[in-house]
Amino acid sequence: MTTTEHKPTTERIWHWLDGVPDPEIPVISVVDLGIVRDVAWAGDTLEVTVTPTYSGCPATSVIAMDIETALRDRGIGKVALKTQISPAWTTDWLSEKGRARLEEYGIAPPQPAGGPERCPRCGSAAVEKVSQFGSTPCKAHWRCTDCLEPFDYFKCI
Amino acid sequence: MTRDEAFFQFLLRMGDNTLILGHRVSEWCGHAPVLEEDIALANTALDLIGQTQMWLGLAGEVQGEGKSADDLAFLRDAWDFRNVLLVEMPNGDFGRTLMRQFLFDAWHSIMLTRLRDSKDARVAAIAEKAGKEVTYHLERSGDTVIGLGDGTDESHARMQEALDYLWPYVGEMFEGDAVDAEMAEAGIAPDPSGLRADYDALVGRVLAKATLTIPDSRFAHKGGRNGRMHTEHLGHLLTQMQWLQRAYPGATW
Ligand SMILES: [Zn+2]
Repeated sequence: MTTTEHKPTTERIWHWLDGVPDPEIPVISVVDLGIVRDVAWAGDTLEVTVTPTYSGCPATSVIAMDIETALRDRGIGKVALKTQISPAWTTDWLSEKGRARLEEYGIAPPQPAGGPERCPRCGSAAVEKVSQFGSTPCKAHWRCTDCLEPFDYFKCI
Repeated sequence: MTRDEAFFQFLLRMGDNTLILGHRVSEWCGHAPVLEEDIALANTALDLIGQTQMWLGLAGEVQGEGKSADDLAFLRDAWDFRNVLLVEMPNGDFGRTLMRQFLFDAWHSIMLTRLRDSKDARVAAIAEKAGKEVTYHLERSGDTVIGLGDGTDESHARMQEALDYLWPYVGEMFEGDAVDAEMAEAGIAPDPSGLRADYDALVGRVLAKATLTIPDSRFAHKGGRNGRMHTEHLGHLLTQMQWLQRAYPGATW
């Protein structure tokens, strides 16, 4: 992997990274989550720029390790992971595919209005907040007053 | 004092506030009155510890002695900490913990908003990131203070007691000294006294809704943010927090 002709294109690398699941919500990829900000070659080193979701999110280091492992498995020997905190991660960066998969998985996707549009299980709009904080830093805890099931809402940030 | 020395002190103040409060809040893990509150407190603590990594990481960089955020968190003794006394106060009951959180969150959110305009791009970036998280902290602690203050006779009495107990620790957050003057001069951080009017307005609004009465004394306990005199509580906290590095110096995993 030292000569230029063997360097995979960044487009191809983005595609590979789209196969790396988020460790806590495995139905979406790290690319869907919007935390991979840039992929670029610097000589024979591949630089991947990642931004954390929440500053204390314990998944951040696992994600970095998963990205590195995935790229090494594809034969990329030199990977440099760069962390970038500004501009701060926003749920606006979630992909459309990611939003749809979240909902299928039972997690209501973020809405600018600050609460879920509907219950991810039965589709009812009759929902109420239980707590602003849920099972991971990125989620809040809501409940459907029709089917009565509790569910996670991916917080808008 | 050079500008970098002042900058280092300022960063310690930011990072020690979040570190010590993050540790205090984490003491609730597994003990909160209901599961949702346990999770909310743990998430808040996690955010604060994450922010600490950024502030103390930058502090180590500015200090230039090759120290990491972990080195600064685990290898300093009580007199080198620069957090305000408010955040080292013991948790007390759930009401006092949430009152302490609210009194701090209100200051924190106003401070971080100002810091987004810092002339130091690294400070502005951390403030932007942390500010988003703190918006949620403030919303929750404010709502809880209102819920408990304007709640039952028992919860109201406990919240008023918490406010009376913690109010003398509020003033320190707005005390300026030579470090602050240097930071203001450099355009890195605002003079803390300039935050007081916004703070009083915000806190006044929430506490009025909570039907609580703000003590009319402005007496302030001081000595944390300049390290002159911490309360005895900080030492007890550090024996827990720093235990592993004290028992097994340099341990990594
Ligand atoms: Zn439902």
